[in-house]
Amino acid sequence: MTVDIGTRAPGGIGQRAIRPDGIAKVRGEFSFAGDLWAEDMLWGQALRSPHASARIRSIDITPALAINGVQAVLTADDVPCNRYGLEHRDQPVLADDIVRYAGEPVAAVAADHPDIARRACAAIVVDYEILDPLVDPERAGDAPDIHPDGNVFRDLVIRRGDPQVRGPIVVEGTYEIGMQDQAFMGPEAGLASPAGDGGVDLVVSTQWLHNDRDQVAECLGLPPELVRLSLGGVGGAFGAREDVSLHIHACLLATRTGRPVKIVYSRAESFLGHVHRHPARIWMRHTAHPDGEIVSFESRILLDGGAYRSSSFHVTANAACFAAGPYRVPNAHVHAVAVRTNNPPCGAMRGFGVVQSCFAHEAQMDRLADACGVDPIELRLRNALAPGDELLTGQRIDGTLPVADVIRKCAAMPLPPAPEADVLARPGGAGRTADTEDVRRGIGFAVGFKNLMYAEGYMDGSIARCRIDDGIVTITCAAAEVGQGFVTLVQQIARTVLGVDDVIVAPADTTIGSAGSTSASRQTMMSGGAVEKACRAAWTELVTRAGGGAVDVAALTAMVPVDVTEEFHHRLTHPLDDNGQGDAHVSFACAAHRAVVDVDPELGLVRVVHLATAQDVGKILNPLQVTGQIEGGIAQGVGLAVMEELIVENGRVRNASFTDYLIPTALDSPTVSSVLIEEPEPGAPFGAKGVGEPPTISSTPAIVAAIRAATGAACTRVPVRPRDIAPGDVAP
Amino acid sequence: MPVIVPDSLDAALAALAAHPGATVLAGGTDLMVEVNDGRRSLAQVVAVSRVPELAGVRVVGDRVVIGAATPFAQLEAGTVADLVPALAYAARTVGSPQIRNAATIGGNLATASPAGDSLPVLVALGANVESAGPNGRRVIPIADFFTGPKRSALQPGELVTAVHVPVLRGHQDYLKVGVRNAMVIAVASLAIAVDLDARRIGVGLGSVGPTPLAAPDACAWIAARANWRDDGFEVSEADALEFGARVAAAAQPIDDHRGTAQYRRHAVGVIARRALRRCAA
Amino acid sequence: MTEKYVLRVNGNEHPVADGWLGESLLFVLRERLGFPGAKGGCEQGECGSCSVLVDGTLVCACLVLAAAAIDSEIVTIEGLQPNERGAMSDVQRAFVESGAVQCGFCTPGLIMAVHALLERDATPTDLAIREAISGNLCRCTGYGRILDAVEVTVSARRDVPQ
Repeated sequence: MTVDIGTRAPGGIGQRAIRPDGIAKVRGEFSFAGDLWAEDMLWGQALRSPHASARIRSIDITPALAINGVQAVLTADDVPCNRYGLEHRDQPVLADDIVRYAGEPVAAVAADHPDIARRACAAIVVDYEILDPLVDPERAGDAPDIHPDGNVFRDLVIRRGDPQVRGPIVVEGTYEIGMQDQAFMGPEAGLASPAGDGGVDLVVSTQWLHNDRDQVAECLGLPPELVRLSLGGVGGAFGAREDVSLHIHACLLATRTGRPVKIVYSRAESFLGHVHRHPARIWMRHTAHPDGEIVSFESRILLDGGAYRSSSFHVTANAACFAAGPYRVPNAHVHAVAVRTNNPPCGAMRGFGVVQSCFAHEAQMDRLADACGVDPIELRLRNALAPGDELLTGQRIDGTLPVADVIRKCAAMPLPPAPEADVLARPGGAGRTADTEDVRRGIGFAVGFKNLMYAEGYMDGSIARCRIDDGIVTITCAAAEVGQGFVTLVQQIARTVLGVDDVIVAPADTTIGSAGSTSASRQTMMSGGAVEKACRAAWTELVTRAGGGAVDVAALTAMVPVDVTEEFHHRLTHPLDDNGQGDAHVSFACAAHRAVVDVDPELGLVRVVHLATAQDVGKILNPLQVTGQIEGGIAQGVGLAVMEELIVENGRVRNASFTDYLIPTALDSPTVSSVLIEEPEPGAPFGAKGVGEPPTISSTPAIVAAIRAATGAACTRVPVRPRDIAPGDVAP
Repeated sequence: MPVIVPDSLDAALAALAAHPGATVLAGGTDLMVEVNDGRRSLAQVVAVSRVPELAGVRVVGDRVVIGAATPFAQLEAGTVADLVPALAYAARTVGSPQIRNAATIGGNLATASPAGDSLPVLVALGANVESAGPNGRRVIPIADFFTGPKRSALQPGELVTAVHVPVLRGHQDYLKVGVRNAMVIAVASLAIAVDLDARRIGVGLGSVGPTPLAAPDACAWIAARANWRDDGFEVSEADALEFGARVAAAAQPIDDHRGTAQYRRHAVGVIARRALRRCAA
Repeated sequence: MTEKYVLRVNGNEHPVADGWLGESLLFVLRERLGFPGAKGGCEQGECGSCSVLVDGTLVCACLVLAAAAIDSEIVTIEGLQPNERGAMSDVQRAFVESGAVQCGFCTPGLIMAVHALLERDATPTDLAIREAISGNLCRCTGYGRILDAVEVTVSARRDVPQ
């Protein structure tokens, strides 16, 4: 059956507007970075260190150069400025004489065919002096420095109230979070083309064009104007594309060979080629009154940042600032440290430090409820933060934060029905491991909150341009569309502000100013805000031109276009002082999750049946897209709860493939019921909050709480493995 | 011609004889993973999925004869589901729908992985592997087929042509333990088949040893303990538990990134007990 | 070193002049024949992004040796609606309208899998749909809107017989 959908797509703010790139995507015509092709193109490939810690004695590239079809082989000496990094330039483009993690790039090759490039890499002879890697984060602080910048990325203390004050009820625990990977479907890809002016053009999948551009320019020794980046179609991001990956390699190879160079990572290389979620070890101690009111909170958080800094500095702050969760805590002491080791580098992943803390604090809250003899939901309500309350950092919540409301609404949602009799509905699925008598159902609850936007005084901004020419509206913004639907939002905003139907979303590139990163749940406010500001400025111009009459957009722009560019900033924030106190954050969002799981306790196999959630969204801009973010985020929470972990042994990743890094399939995903709470956020465009992260934060602890309820197993670690439920050392 | 697509078994064997070291390609679901990863380079390929003698499922006397080139998707239903249900259950757990449409039972045998999904079923049933090669045709009992991890008794130039599976009167089942509900390599798996006429129980174990394993002692023990009828059997709960322990004792699991030896041994004991419970119900 | 052969893709013959022996069908479709719709996500048949139909059955193109796929009918996402610009099958339209497309990388493979499902089962249960797409990984959507899109299609087909 064939249907023409035409070019008109209705929908302003609040509507189920369909995405403008949807048709191209379903027809297979949407161009991802990996689909790019250029005449005379070469294929690039990096050679990566198999060792977690080694000194490079020598590199012999002659065997690679001797292979027919190899056009260039580069090592550290070929990099004009051999340091890059998201915030701090601590990472070599190609390793100098030291490699610090297994997977670190050592050389880069360009060849006529990807197979030749791969063989060329294999032919390069690297003489490594293998060193003993530093892989235990507990030892990193005392161990000799494995990098000139030292082994500690950040050591942060938060002191609030009087940490000597204790309540009579004491609950403490130690929790572990394994290394999760973003595992986006579209592996890293980009195409670099040398330009006639001595510069380079790079089309690449990324989260932040301008930060990438700056790093490429620095490393190539080029002025920023000569490095032009444009966004290739992005196959998901979730934090893994914040850092540069193939960008500098591709640009170096292109400028060296004088030909376009395309690099596409294999899945195995992708697992090695981007940062991961920080594995964490967290100790917490809550004290409370017998009725469950929290008196004090202490925590020690250790984050393993791996070999290079990436965004560890800020992940640490997040883990610390939100360590206690969305609850009033009058007295607190939090000590959070992120350390450098020879493990794979860690950085941004959806949730950014708060995922780890939330798993720990929600486990604690259940233990506290148990110790006090209080219902776990009642306990959370009793302590719930509300606007006007202070955070651990002393900042008063002056926006919206309906914690009690999300708790109540989530808890009130109907439970799912009993499982179907089909074997596929039971844990184990088609593996037929369980009969109905082998299955126990459990229910668990968790709440979380997180900051939206960046923090600690960072001067964030986004730029957008609105041009109206002969009635045609074109919005330009460099915000990276990574699947979340920002391009849809752009159209919805323009339609609502300008009263038009057709809105062209221009491609994202560095010809316009920075929109900042697609991360931290910030684009809705920052770039949505910039687009709104630009559209409103355009509207003001139109009204002026109309001189008091009706605004006919086409007529008013028939001769002279309207063309305005605006920049949006959020309100000022401040750094944290030596006691971790300060108005460091812009805005917050919370969510509650209730998980229903079916568990086979004897085998430790889990089926996540249902997730109910209530989320604080400020204002619903597009119900379809909000649902997509909630369901997608929950799926990642499911993954961390029961199946996802990069297994690193002595610094080496053992499961860099989808065969053994398991993400949920359609048979593993729960049904999701959601309730959206709209309390508009002051200062946010249309009052809307970013919605991408909260679903990943409290979904995991809710699922684990449900597993505990079904099995009695302590489950102090995620992902929960079958042997954590059924160790097998006790007869059934 | 580096890729030969023979249209008969004789042509396939001739091609293999003419090109020693040629790679046999059936469904490609194991081979292409290695090729894509650069771990295997191809020089000469003999593609056998269109060889008519390797296709199809037929009933011959008291056996089901399954052509080596039969994809698992065709084993999920039909004759195999009716007559060898454990194999149909196992087929349903292979990879994904895409994999099942291409992966063949002959390939599963030739790859000879201890985690091969169909292999515990063939062990439990006492299947025979029919092969053809430069030295002619032969039948290899499944008990002799696996010689080590990913090693089989197949000689160079020898092809699996079919697998002969006995049709038994009695319950059979297949249980596969995996962390995910689809597309998962077994952490431990077990097939069980009851032969009511011979009053025997057969079991095959996967992923708990260097090859798929049998558990002959445990099976002989439980068969002797069972209260046999013409249409079924009974065992006590205590005996079922003991059966699980004895099957677990027959396993030789290792620690790896998918699971610990301790968990695997535990898991295989649990699924053995449950499988027996289902057969005795 | 190079292979010459002809593949039948989307109803037409496409010669490959200088293929390499080890190239997968996915590579040849994308890099030699101009069909970039099937995507490469894992090279192992674990993600389903490369799903195509070969002789009517759904397979991962990354696991098909291109040079051995001669004499087969290959259908890619580009072959579902080859003619009118912007035209979509009902499955494609349902995906767009149900919010089942986010980054879109898994989408072509999923569309192929859903078409293959509905070809053999016009009224699949929720579990049957999940099983049919269990070989297609999606990281963005959590599958909720995808399942919705399939159910919308099934209902629409029931109301308007094909």
